[in-house]
Amino acid sequence: MKPAVDTNEAELIARIVGGEKELFHDLIRPYERMVYLTLFSIVKNETEAEDGAQETVISAYRHLASFRAEAKFSTWLTTIAINEGRKRLRKAKGAAEESIDEQVEGQEGDYTPAPLTDWREIPLEALERKELREALQAAVAELPDIYRQVFTLRDLEEFNVEETAQALGLSANVVKVRLHRARLMLQKRLVPFLKTAAPARRGFFGRWL
Amino acid sequence: MKLDCKHVWEHISEYIDGSVDAQLREDIERHLEHCEICSAILDSTRNILVLTADDRTFELPVGYSKRLHERLKEEIDKSN
Repeated sequence: MKPAVDTNEAELIARIVGGEKELFHDLIRPYERMVYLTLFSIVKNETEAEDGAQETVISAYRHLASFRAEAKFSTWLTTIAINEGRKRLRKAKGAAEESIDEQVEGQEGDYTPAPLTDWREIPLEALERKELREALQAAVAELPDIYRQVFTLRDLEEFNVEETAQALGLSANVVKVRLHRARLMLQKRLVPFLKTAAPARRGFFGRWL
Repeated sequence: MKLDCKHVWEHISEYIDGSVDAQLREDIERHLEHCEICSAILDSTRNILVLTADDRTFELPVGYSKRLHERLKEEIDKSN
């Protein structure tokens, strides 16, 4: 998460609205990644996500005068990105399909973590492995939409709970529940992989670590 | 209060975020001191989050930024 509208950013926005349009390039630069990842979390397709990210930035440029400083620029921009993503998804799925907004989480489900006994921690070297990154990308892509979107904003883009709730139009409590489930689903998915990524080794007293 | 593992799992996400109250935090930490299973779950979940926040895990398409700014430039030129 980028800093809130700091004085520099507020000044930048005022100057752009005042006519120094070229400065919009500088305003948007710190948020390019965030915009793309938000789109990708919804449309799950690189080309669609990039096209949507461009539309989001153009829309933000056109509507910058309507941005109110009491909101955070990052949250405002993310809301535009989410709307753009949902629009694209509806278009892709066609009007016959049920609304994407109708998807809700069940009250019950198996959201328990996978227990591990043979390692304490992923060694730093394992975190450097490309296979682990790819496994994580795949696991995130396979999360149900409602969990992936919360997880993306909260843990990838590092929004706080309130900002995530605001951007997605959810209550803070729903954000917390979905985040919790998303994290445990990922933990469960990645554990078998982590076990092979971190081969058991003998520790003190002959205990397997 | 003495917590069982399942109770710890229910709060693991909030624990990681530091949003559990002081008493619950203390109870969880006491449990973690003697429970290797929960400690390993906590470590693995934390590591997944570290990996998630690492910019190298979720990369942008090559040339994304360049194309974005070209498109923006066209738009700005158009509105001038």
